[in-house]
Amino acid sequence: MNWLFNNLDVIGSAIVAHLATALPAIVLSFVLSIPIGWLANRFRWSRGFLLTVCALLYAIPSLPLFIVLPLVIGTGLRDSINVVISMTIYGIALMARSTADGLASVDADVRQSATAMGFSPWSRFWRVELPLAGPVLLAGLRVVSVSTISLTTVGAVLGIESLGSLFTDGFQRNIPLEILTGIVLTIAMALVIDLLIVLLGRALMPWTRPVPAPSRAVPAAKDAVVA
Amino acid sequence: MIEFRDVTKRFPDGTVAVDGFSLVMPSRKTTVLVGSSGSGKTTLLRMINRMVDLTSGAIEIDGEDTSRLAPVALRRRIGYVMQNSGLLPHFKVIDNVATVPVLNGVPRKQAREQALELLDTVGLERSIADRYPSQLSGGQQQRVGVARGLAADPNILLMDEPFGAVDPIVRSELQTELIRLQRELDKTVVFVTHDIDEAFLLGDQVVILQQGGRIAQVGSPTEIIEAPANDFVAHFIGAEKGKRALSVRATATGEILVDGDGRAVGVLVPQPGGSS
Repeated sequence: MNWLFNNLDVIGSAIVAHLATALPAIVLSFVLSIPIGWLANRFRWSRGFLLTVCALLYAIPSLPLFIVLPLVIGTGLRDSINVVISMTIYGIALMARSTADGLASVDADVRQSATAMGFSPWSRFWRVELPLAGPVLLAGLRVVSVSTISLTTVGAVLGIESLGSLFTDGFQRNIPLEILTGIVLTIAMALVIDLLIVLLGRALMPWTRPVPAPSRAVPAAKDAVVA
Repeated sequence: MIEFRDVTKRFPDGTVAVDGFSLVMPSRKTTVLVGSSGSGKTTLLRMINRMVDLTSGAIEIDGEDTSRLAPVALRRRIGYVMQNSGLLPHFKVIDNVATVPVLNGVPRKQAREQALELLDTVGLERSIADRYPSQLSGGQQQRVGVARGLAADPNILLMDEPFGAVDPIVRSELQTELIRLQRELDKTVVFVTHDIDEAFLLGDQVVILQQGGRIAQVGSPTEIIEAPANDFVAHFIGAEKGKRALSVRATATGEILVDGDGRAVGVLVPQPGGSS
Protein backbone atom coordinates (compact mmCIF):
# COMPACT_ATOMS: atom_id res chain seq x y z
CA MET A 1 0.00 0.00 0.00
CA ASN A 2 2.96 2.29 0.63
CA TRP A 3 3.72 2.50 -3.05
CA LEU A 4 0.26 3.87 -3.73
CA PHE A 5 0.46 6.70 -1.20
CA ASN A 6 4.01 7.61 -2.09
CA ASN A 7 3.24 7.86 -5.78
CA LEU A 8 -0.05 9.74 -5.96
CA ASP A 9 1.65 12.40 -8.06
CA VAL A 10 2.87 9.77 -10.55
CA ILE A 11 -0.63 8.32 -10.77
CA GLY A 12 -2.22 11.76 -11.14
CA SER A 13 0.17 12.67 -13.91
CA ALA A 14 -0.56 9.38 -15.70
CA ILE A 15 -4.30 10.00 -15.51
CA VAL A 16 -3.92 13.51 -16.95
CA ALA A 17 -1.62 12.30 -19.72
CA HIS A 18 -3.99 9.45 -20.54
CA LEU A 19 -6.97 11.78 -20.80
CA ALA A 20 -4.98 14.30 -22.82
CA THR A 21 -4.27 11.59 -25.36
CA ALA A 22 -7.52 9.61 -25.41
CA LEU A 23 -10.09 12.41 -25.32
CA PRO A 24 -8.82 14.31 -28.39
CA ALA A 25 -8.65 10.99 -30.26
CA ILE A 26 -12.25 10.15 -29.33
CA VAL A 27 -13.49 13.58 -30.38
CA LEU A 28 -11.48 13.50 -33.62
CA SER A 29 -12.76 10.02 -34.50
CA PHE A 30 -16.30 11.23 -34.06
CA VAL A 31 -15.87 14.42 -36.03
CA LEU A 32 -13.88 12.92 -38.90
CA SER A 33 -16.32 10.03 -39.26
CA ILE A 34 -19.14 12.46 -40.08
CA PRO A 35 -17.93 13.38 -43.60
CA ILE A 36 -16.90 9.76 -44.21
CA GLY A 37 -20.33 8.50 -43.15
CA TRP A 38 -22.00 11.11 -45.31
CA LEU A 39 -19.90 10.22 -48.32
CA ALA A 40 -20.52 6.50 -47.76
CA ASN A 41 -24.25 7.03 -48.20
CA ARG A 42 -23.93 9.57 -50.97
CA PHE A 43 -23.04 7.30 -53.89
CA ARG A 44 -23.81 3.72 -54.73
CA TRP A 45 -20.14 2.72 -55.02
CA SER A 46 -18.88 4.67 -52.04
CA ARG A 47 -20.47 2.75 -49.18
CA GLY A 48 -18.84 -0.65 -49.65
CA PHE A 49 -15.55 0.88 -50.69
CA LEU A 50 -15.16 3.45 -47.92
CA LEU A 51 -16.39 1.25 -45.12
CA THR A 52 -14.12 -1.61 -46.15
CA VAL A 53 -11.12 0.70 -46.28
CA CYS A 54 -12.00 2.11 -42.86
CA ALA A 55 -12.48 -1.33 -41.35
CA LEU A 56 -9.07 -2.39 -42.69
CA LEU A 57 -7.46 0.49 -40.77
CA TYR A 58 -8.16 -1.53 -37.67
CA ALA A 59 -5.90 -4.28 -38.97
CA ILE A 60 -2.81 -2.05 -38.79
CA PRO A 61 -0.71 -3.30 -35.85
CA SER A 62 -0.29 -0.53 -33.30
CA LEU A 63 3.39 -0.79 -32.36
CA PRO A 64 4.69 -0.51 -35.94
CA LEU A 65 2.24 2.37 -36.46
CA PHE A 66 3.73 4.23 -33.48
CA ILE A 67 7.15 3.86 -35.08
CA VAL A 68 6.23 4.61 -38.71
CA LEU A 69 3.97 7.57 -37.94
CA PRO A 70 6.71 9.86 -36.57
CA LEU A 71 8.77 9.17 -39.70
CA VAL A 72 5.85 10.14 -41.91
CA ILE A 73 4.71 13.26 -40.08
CA GLY A 74 8.05 14.30 -38.60
CA THR A 75 7.24 14.16 -34.91
CA GLY A 76 9.50 12.79 -32.21
CA LEU A 77 9.23 9.07 -31.38
CA ARG A 78 7.93 9.84 -27.89
CA ASP A 79 5.53 12.58 -28.89
CA SER A 80 2.00 11.87 -27.60
CA ILE A 81 0.66 13.31 -30.88
CA ASN A 82 1.61 9.96 -32.45
CA VAL A 83 -0.73 8.15 -30.08
CA VAL A 84 -3.52 10.67 -30.67
CA ILE A 85 -3.26 10.16 -34.42
CA SER A 86 -3.01 6.37 -34.18
CA MET A 87 -6.00 6.21 -31.85
CA THR A 88 -7.95 8.45 -34.20
CA ILE A 89 -7.20 6.06 -37.06
CA TYR A 90 -8.51 3.11 -35.02
CA GLY A 91 -11.44 5.22 -33.83
CA ILE A 92 -12.43 6.05 -37.39
CA ALA A 93 -12.19 2.37 -38.27
CA LEU A 94 -14.96 1.72 -35.75
CA MET A 95 -16.90 4.96 -35.99
CA ALA A 96 -17.24 5.41 -39.76
CA ARG A 97 -19.59 2.43 -40.05
CA SER A 98 -21.75 3.60 -37.16
CA THR A 99 -22.02 7.04 -38.71
CA ALA A 100 -22.91 5.64 -42.12
CA ASP A 101 -25.47 3.28 -40.56
CA GLY A 102 -26.89 6.02 -38.37
CA LEU A 103 -27.35 8.41 -41.27
CA ALA A 104 -28.89 5.65 -43.38
CA SER A 105 -31.34 4.83 -40.58
CA VAL A 106 -33.08 8.21 -40.80
CA ASP A 107 -36.69 7.68 -41.92
CA ALA A 108 -37.11 8.48 -45.63
CA ASP A 109 -40.46 10.16 -44.89
CA VAL A 110 -38.81 12.54 -42.45
CA ARG A 111 -36.05 13.31 -44.93
CA GLN A 112 -38.59 14.06 -47.65
CA SER A 113 -40.71 16.13 -45.36
CA ALA A 114 -37.66 18.21 -44.41
CA THR A 115 -36.95 18.74 -48.10
CA ALA A 116 -40.57 19.67 -48.75
CA MET A 117 -40.47 22.27 -46.00
CA GLY A 118 -37.52 23.98 -47.60
CA PHE A 119 -34.44 22.82 -45.72
CA SER A 120 -31.41 23.26 -47.95
CA PRO A 121 -29.37 20.05 -48.32
CA TRP A 122 -26.73 21.49 -45.97
CA SER A 123 -29.09 22.50 -43.19
CA ARG A 124 -31.11 19.32 -43.64
CA PHE A 125 -27.96 17.31 -42.94
CA TRP A 126 -26.95 19.19 -39.81
CA ARG A 127 -30.37 19.92 -38.36
CA VAL A 128 -32.32 16.83 -39.32
CA GLU A 129 -30.25 13.86 -40.46
CA LEU A 130 -27.31 14.08 -38.05
CA PRO A 131 -29.43 14.64 -34.92
CA LEU A 132 -31.77 11.79 -35.89
CA ALA A 133 -28.78 9.51 -36.45
CA GLY A 134 -27.86 10.40 -32.84
CA PRO A 135 -28.80 7.16 -31.07
CA VAL A 136 -26.73 5.06 -33.51
CA LEU A 137 -23.84 7.54 -33.35
CA LEU A 138 -23.98 7.35 -29.57
CA ALA A 139 -23.77 3.56 -29.60
CA GLY A 140 -20.75 3.75 -31.92
CA LEU A 141 -19.09 6.45 -29.86
CA ARG A 142 -19.33 4.34 -26.71
CA VAL A 143 -17.42 1.52 -28.38
CA VAL A 144 -14.82 3.98 -29.72
CA SER A 145 -14.40 5.57 -26.30
CA VAL A 146 -13.83 2.31 -24.43
CA SER A 147 -11.54 0.96 -27.14
CA THR A 148 -9.51 4.17 -27.31
CA ILE A 149 -9.04 4.43 -23.56
CA SER A 150 -7.81 0.86 -23.45
CA LEU A 151 -5.54 1.06 -26.53
CA THR A 152 -3.94 4.33 -25.41
CA THR A 153 -1.98 2.33 -22.83
CA VAL A 154 0.10 0.70 -25.59
CA GLY A 155 2.05 3.94 -26.10
CA ALA A 156 3.74 3.29 -22.77
CA VAL A 157 5.86 0.61 -24.42
CA LEU A 158 7.60 3.40 -26.33
CA GLY A 159 7.78 5.59 -23.24
CA ILE A 160 4.79 7.82 -24.06
CA GLU A 161 3.14 8.57 -20.74
CA SER A 162 -0.34 7.20 -19.98
CA LEU A 163 -1.92 4.83 -17.47
CA GLY A 164 -0.02 2.18 -19.41
CA SER A 165 3.18 3.58 -17.93
CA LEU A 166 2.04 2.11 -14.63
CA PHE A 167 2.04 -1.39 -16.20
CA THR A 168 5.44 -1.03 -17.85
CA ASP A 169 7.04 0.57 -14.82
CA GLY A 170 5.43 -1.88 -12.40
CA PHE A 171 6.53 -4.78 -14.56
CA GLN A 172 10.14 -3.60 -14.81
CA ARG A 173 10.44 -2.81 -11.12
CA ASN A 174 8.29 -5.76 -10.04
CA ILE A 175 5.62 -3.75 -8.21
CA PRO A 176 2.36 -5.73 -8.62
CA LEU A 177 0.35 -3.00 -6.94
CA GLU A 178 1.46 -0.51 -9.58
CA ILE A 179 0.38 -2.87 -12.37
CA LEU A 180 -2.95 -3.45 -10.65
CA THR A 181 -3.46 0.29 -10.17
CA GLY A 182 -2.89 0.86 -13.89
CA ILE A 183 -5.44 -1.80 -14.85
CA VAL A 184 -8.09 -0.67 -12.37
CA LEU A 185 -7.71 3.01 -13.30
CA THR A 186 -7.92 2.25 -17.05
CA ILE A 187 -11.15 0.32 -16.55
CA ALA A 188 -12.52 2.98 -14.21
CA MET A 189 -11.72 5.73 -16.69
CA ALA A 190 -13.43 3.80 -19.49
CA LEU A 191 -16.53 3.41 -17.32
CA VAL A 192 -16.63 7.05 -16.27
CA ILE A 193 -16.20 8.39 -19.81
CA ASP A 194 -18.83 5.93 -21.04
CA LEU A 195 -21.25 7.19 -18.40
CA LEU A 196 -20.53 10.81 -19.34
CA ILE A 197 -21.21 10.03 -23.01
CA VAL A 198 -24.52 8.37 -22.13
CA LEU A 199 -25.54 11.36 -19.99
CA LEU A 200 -24.49 13.78 -22.71
CA GLY A 201 -26.55 11.83 -25.23
CA ARG A 202 -29.57 11.94 -22.98
CA ALA A 203 -29.20 15.69 -22.54
CA LEU A 204 -28.75 16.31 -26.28
CA MET A 205 -31.50 13.95 -27.45
CA PRO A 206 -34.48 14.60 -25.19
CA TRP A 207 -36.89 13.17 -27.78
CA THR A 208 -35.46 9.68 -27.33
CA ARG A 209 -36.45 9.50 -23.69
CA PRO A 210 -39.26 7.10 -22.84
CA VAL A 211 -42.66 8.57 -23.57
CA PRO A 212 -44.38 9.50 -20.29
CA ALA A 213 -48.03 9.07 -21.26
CA PRO A 214 -49.82 7.30 -24.10
CA SER A 215 -51.10 9.99 -26.42
CA ARG A 216 -54.75 8.95 -26.37
CA ALA A 217 -55.10 9.55 -22.67
CA VAL A 218 -54.25 13.23 -22.99
CA PRO A 219 -57.35 15.22 -22.05
CA ALA A 220 -56.02 18.29 -23.84
CA ALA A 221 -56.51 16.56 -27.17
CA LYS A 222 -59.75 17.10 -28.99
CA ASP A 223 -59.20 13.89 -30.94
CA ALA A 224 -58.95 11.93 -27.76
CA VAL A 225 -62.21 13.37 -26.48
CA VAL A 226 -64.11 12.51 -29.63
CA ALA A 227 -62.52 9.20 -30.57
CA MET B 1 -53.33 29.34 -60.26
CA ILE B 2 -51.16 26.34 -61.03
CA GLU B 3 -50.87 25.32 -64.65
CA PHE B 4 -49.40 22.07 -65.94
CA ARG B 5 -48.41 22.25 -69.60
CA ASP B 6 -47.74 18.97 -71.34
CA VAL B 7 -45.76 17.68 -68.37
CA THR B 8 -43.89 14.38 -68.66
CA LYS B 9 -41.87 12.55 -66.05
CA ARG B 10 -39.68 9.64 -66.96
CA PHE B 11 -37.67 8.16 -64.11
CA PRO B 12 -34.06 7.01 -64.67
CA ASP B 13 -35.16 3.36 -64.71
CA GLY B 14 -37.35 4.12 -67.72
CA THR B 15 -40.81 4.08 -66.11
CA VAL B 16 -43.02 6.89 -67.30
CA ALA B 17 -44.91 8.15 -64.27
CA VAL B 18 -46.63 11.01 -66.05
CA ASP B 19 -47.08 11.43 -69.78
CA GLY B 20 -48.21 14.67 -71.41
CA PHE B 21 -50.24 15.97 -68.48
CA SER B 22 -51.96 19.33 -68.90
CA LEU B 23 -54.28 20.90 -66.35
CA VAL B 24 -55.19 24.20 -64.73
CA MET B 25 -55.69 24.18 -60.97
CA PRO B 26 -57.67 27.32 -60.17
CA SER B 27 -56.67 29.66 -57.35
CA ARG B 28 -58.42 29.41 -54.01
CA LYS B 29 -60.05 26.14 -54.95
CA THR B 30 -59.35 22.59 -53.89
CA THR B 31 -58.17 20.34 -56.70
CA VAL B 32 -58.13 16.66 -55.82
CA LEU B 33 -55.97 14.24 -57.76
CA VAL B 34 -57.47 10.81 -57.29
CA GLY B 35 -56.30 7.49 -58.67
CA SER B 36 -54.97 4.12 -57.66
CA SER B 37 -51.28 3.48 -57.08
CA GLY B 38 -49.22 3.95 -60.22
CA SER B 39 -51.46 6.74 -61.45
CA GLY B 40 -48.66 9.25 -60.87
CA LYS B 41 -50.68 11.40 -58.49
CA THR B 42 -47.94 11.87 -55.91
CA THR B 43 -45.39 12.50 -58.67
CA LEU B 44 -47.65 15.24 -60.04
CA LEU B 45 -47.96 16.80 -56.60
CA ARG B 46 -44.22 16.74 -55.98
CA MET B 47 -43.49 18.33 -59.32
CA ILE B 48 -45.27 21.47 -58.12
CA ASN B 49 -42.68 22.18 -55.41
CA ARG B 50 -39.88 20.64 -57.45
CA MET B 51 -39.24 17.67 -55.21
CA VAL B 52 -39.51 15.82 -58.51
CA ASP B 53 -38.09 17.50 -61.59
CA LEU B 54 -39.90 17.43 -64.92
CA THR B 55 -38.52 15.50 -67.88
CA SER B 56 -40.34 17.83 -70.26
CA GLY B 57 -43.15 20.37 -70.22
CA ALA B 58 -43.64 23.22 -67.79
CA ILE B 59 -45.45 24.08 -64.58
CA GLU B 60 -46.43 27.68 -63.93
CA ILE B 61 -47.55 29.19 -60.66
CA ASP B 62 -49.46 32.41 -61.28
CA GLY B 63 -47.75 32.66 -64.64
CA GLU B 64 -44.25 32.06 -63.26
CA ASP B 65 -42.36 29.08 -64.67
CA THR B 66 -41.25 27.05 -61.62
CA SER B 67 -38.14 25.79 -63.40
CA ARG B 68 -36.76 29.34 -63.11
CA LEU B 69 -37.27 29.47 -59.34
CA ALA B 70 -34.77 28.16 -56.78
CA PRO B 71 -36.24 24.90 -55.41
CA VAL B 72 -35.51 25.63 -51.74
CA ALA B 73 -37.08 29.10 -51.87
CA LEU B 74 -40.05 27.73 -53.84
CA ARG B 75 -40.69 25.02 -51.23
CA ARG B 76 -40.63 27.54 -48.39
CA ARG B 77 -43.57 29.38 -49.92
CA ILE B 78 -45.63 26.25 -50.57
CA GLY B 79 -47.20 24.38 -47.68
CA TYR B 80 -46.79 20.61 -47.68
CA VAL B 81 -48.68 18.05 -45.63
CA MET B 82 -47.91 14.37 -46.01
CA GLN B 83 -49.13 10.98 -44.89
CA ASN B 84 -47.85 9.96 -41.45
CA SER B 85 -47.48 13.70 -40.81
CA GLY B 86 -43.74 13.71 -41.62
CA LEU B 87 -43.14 15.70 -38.45
CA LEU B 88 -39.53 16.01 -37.36
CA PRO B 89 -39.31 13.60 -34.40
CA HIS B 90 -36.61 15.62 -32.65
CA PHE B 91 -38.47 18.93 -32.73
CA LYS B 92 -41.18 19.78 -30.22
CA VAL B 93 -44.64 20.37 -31.68
CA ILE B 94 -44.20 24.12 -31.45
CA ASP B 95 -40.85 24.02 -33.27
CA ASN B 96 -42.22 21.71 -35.93
CA VAL B 97 -44.92 24.26 -36.69
CA ALA B 98 -42.43 27.15 -36.54
CA THR B 99 -39.87 25.44 -38.78
CA VAL B 100 -40.61 27.14 -42.07
CA PRO B 101 -40.92 30.69 -40.69
CA VAL B 102 -37.62 30.16 -38.85
CA LEU B 103 -36.02 28.95 -42.09
CA ASN B 104 -37.40 32.08 -43.69
CA GLY B 105 -35.62 34.19 -41.08
CA VAL B 106 -38.47 35.05 -38.72
CA PRO B 107 -37.08 35.41 -35.16
CA ARG B 108 -37.69 32.19 -33.21
CA LYS B 109 -39.72 33.84 -30.47
CA GLN B 110 -42.10 35.46 -32.93
CA ALA B 111 -42.35 32.26 -34.98
CA ARG B 112 -43.30 30.34 -31.83
CA GLU B 113 -46.04 32.81 -30.97
CA GLN B 114 -47.51 32.46 -34.44
CA ALA B 115 -47.19 28.70 -34.12
CA LEU B 116 -49.32 28.76 -30.96
CA GLU B 117 -52.03 30.63 -32.84
CA LEU B 118 -51.86 28.04 -35.59
CA LEU B 119 -52.44 25.29 -33.04
CA ASP B 120 -55.71 27.09 -32.22
CA THR B 121 -56.53 27.33 -35.91
CA VAL B 122 -56.25 23.59 -36.47
CA GLY B 123 -58.15 22.79 -33.28
CA LEU B 124 -55.33 21.71 -30.98
CA GLU B 125 -54.81 22.70 -27.37
CA ARG B 126 -51.77 24.88 -26.74
CA SER B 127 -50.73 22.52 -23.94
CA ILE B 128 -49.31 20.04 -26.47
CA ALA B 129 -46.84 22.63 -27.76
CA ASP B 130 -43.94 21.27 -25.71
CA ARG B 131 -44.49 17.62 -26.58
CA TYR B 132 -42.58 15.61 -29.11
CA PRO B 133 -44.49 14.16 -32.08
CA SER B 134 -44.18 10.59 -30.78
CA GLN B 135 -46.23 11.66 -27.76
CA LEU B 136 -49.26 12.55 -29.90
CA SER B 137 -52.04 10.45 -31.40
CA GLY B 138 -52.15 9.94 -35.16
CA GLY B 139 -54.96 12.48 -35.53
CA GLN B 140 -53.12 15.08 -33.49
CA GLN B 141 -49.96 14.53 -35.53
CA GLN B 142 -51.89 15.16 -38.75
CA ARG B 143 -53.32 18.37 -37.30
CA VAL B 144 -49.83 19.51 -36.37
CA GLY B 145 -48.80 18.59 -39.93
CA VAL B 146 -51.56 20.84 -41.29
CA ALA B 147 -50.55 23.66 -38.92
CA ARG B 148 -46.97 23.33 -40.12
CA GLY B 149 -48.10 23.43 -43.73
CA LEU B 150 -49.92 26.69 -43.03
CA ALA B 151 -47.18 28.30 -40.95
CA ALA B 152 -45.55 30.39 -43.64
CA ASP B 153 -49.02 31.52 -44.76
CA PRO B 154 -48.49 30.04 -48.22
CA ASN B 155 -50.95 30.61 -51.06
CA ILE B 156 -50.60 26.99 -52.05
CA LEU B 157 -51.06 23.95 -49.84
CA LEU B 158 -50.02 20.54 -51.16
CA MET B 159 -51.52 17.57 -49.34
CA ASP B 160 -50.28 14.06 -50.09
CA GLU B 161 -52.81 11.56 -48.72
CA PRO B 162 -52.69 13.43 -45.42
CA PHE B 163 -55.51 11.45 -43.82
CA GLY B 164 -54.60 8.06 -45.24
CA ALA B 165 -53.10 6.62 -42.08
CA VAL B 166 -55.63 7.59 -39.42
CA ASP B 167 -58.71 5.64 -38.37
CA PRO B 168 -62.05 6.37 -40.09
CA ILE B 169 -63.57 8.41 -37.26
CA VAL B 170 -60.56 10.69 -36.95
CA ARG B 171 -60.31 10.88 -40.73
CA SER B 172 -63.83 12.18 -41.17
CA GLU B 173 -63.19 14.66 -38.37
CA LEU B 174 -60.04 15.91 -40.09
CA GLN B 175 -61.87 16.15 -43.41
CA THR B 176 -64.59 18.29 -41.86
CA GLU B 177 -61.91 20.40 -40.25
CA LEU B 178 -60.14 20.89 -43.57
CA ILE B 179 -63.37 22.03 -45.21
CA ARG B 180 -63.85 24.57 -42.42
CA LEU B 181 -60.23 25.74 -42.69
CA GLN B 182 -60.48 26.10 -46.44
CA ARG B 183 -63.61 28.21 -46.04
CA GLU B 184 -61.68 30.52 -43.68
CA LEU B 185 -58.29 30.60 -45.35
CA ASP B 186 -59.04 30.35 -49.07
CA LYS B 187 -55.85 28.57 -50.13
CA THR B 188 -55.14 26.92 -53.43
CA VAL B 189 -55.17 23.32 -52.24
CA VAL B 190 -53.89 20.38 -54.23
CA PHE B 191 -54.95 17.16 -52.51
CA VAL B 192 -53.88 13.66 -53.44
CA THR B 193 -55.90 10.61 -52.42
CA HIS B 194 -56.91 7.17 -53.62
CA ASP B 195 -60.28 7.47 -51.91
CA ILE B 196 -62.96 8.67 -54.33
CA ASP B 197 -65.36 9.56 -51.52
CA GLU B 198 -62.72 11.79 -49.97
CA ALA B 199 -62.14 13.34 -53.39
CA PHE B 200 -65.83 14.13 -53.85
CA LEU B 201 -66.09 15.44 -50.29
CA LEU B 202 -63.17 17.85 -50.49
CA GLY B 203 -62.72 18.70 -54.16
CA ASP B 204 -64.04 21.70 -56.03
CA GLN B 205 -62.30 20.17 -59.00
CA VAL B 206 -61.72 16.42 -59.07
CA VAL B 207 -59.18 14.89 -61.43
CA ILE B 208 -59.54 11.15 -61.94
CA LEU B 209 -56.25 9.65 -63.07
CA GLN B 210 -55.49 6.46 -64.95
CA GLN B 211 -52.12 4.73 -65.11
CA GLY B 212 -49.27 7.00 -66.18
CA GLY B 213 -50.98 10.21 -65.11
CA ARG B 214 -53.50 10.15 -67.96
CA ILE B 215 -56.61 12.15 -67.10
CA ALA B 216 -59.74 10.02 -67.24
CA GLN B 217 -62.01 12.91 -66.31
CA VAL B 218 -61.85 16.38 -64.80
CA GLY B 219 -64.85 18.09 -63.30
CA SER B 220 -66.79 19.00 -60.22
CA PRO B 221 -68.08 16.05 -58.17
CA THR B 222 -71.56 16.77 -59.53
CA GLU B 223 -70.41 16.68 -63.14
CA ILE B 224 -68.51 13.44 -62.67
CA ILE B 225 -71.31 11.65 -60.83
CA GLU B 226 -73.91 12.90 -63.34
CA ALA B 227 -71.96 11.91 -66.41
CA PRO B 228 -68.95 9.63 -65.99
CA ALA B 229 -66.79 10.15 -69.07
CA ASN B 230 -66.08 6.47 -69.68
CA ASP B 231 -66.21 2.98 -68.23
CA PHE B 232 -63.01 3.54 -66.24
CA VAL B 233 -64.53 6.50 -64.42
CA ALA B 234 -67.86 4.75 -63.93
CA HIS B 235 -66.06 1.78 -62.44
CA PHE B 236 -63.76 3.94 -60.32
CA ILE B 237 -66.53 5.99 -58.73
CA GLY B 238 -68.67 2.91 -58.26
CA ALA B 239 -71.47 3.98 -60.63
CA GLU B 240 -71.27 0.70 -62.46
CA LYS B 241 -71.93 -1.29 -59.30
CA GLY B 242 -74.91 0.90 -58.61
CA LYS B 243 -73.22 2.55 -55.64
CA ARG B 244 -74.04 5.98 -57.04
CA ALA B 245 -77.42 5.12 -58.55
CA LEU B 246 -79.87 5.24 -55.70
CA SER B 247 -83.53 4.49 -55.84
CA VAL B 248 -86.41 4.96 -53.44
CA ARG B 249 -87.98 1.88 -51.97
CA ALA B 250 -91.15 1.85 -49.93
CA THR B 251 -91.03 0.13 -46.59
CA ALA B 252 -93.78 -0.74 -44.18
CA THR B 253 -93.29 2.54 -42.36
CA GLY B 254 -92.01 4.95 -45.03
CA GLU B 255 -89.35 5.22 -47.70
CA ILE B 256 -85.60 4.50 -47.84
CA LEU B 257 -82.90 4.95 -50.48
CA VAL B 258 -81.24 1.82 -51.77
CA ASP B 259 -78.22 1.36 -54.06
CA GLY B 260 -77.98 -0.84 -57.14
CA ASP B 261 -77.62 -3.99 -55.04
CA GLY B 262 -80.67 -3.13 -52.99
CA ARG B 263 -78.66 -2.23 -49.89
CA ALA B 264 -80.15 0.51 -47.73
CA VAL B 265 -77.91 3.57 -47.76
CA GLY B 266 -80.08 6.40 -46.41
CA VAL B 267 -83.36 8.24 -46.45
CA LEU B 268 -84.65 11.00 -48.70
CA VAL B 269 -85.18 14.35 -46.96
CA PRO B 270 -85.82 17.82 -48.35
CA GLN B 271 -82.61 19.86 -48.51
CA PRO B 272 -82.58 22.14 -45.46
CA GLY B 273 -83.24 25.73 -46.50
CA GLY B 274 -82.34 25.30 -50.14
CA SER B 275 -83.57 24.64 -53.62
CA SER B 276 -82.12 22.28 -56.28
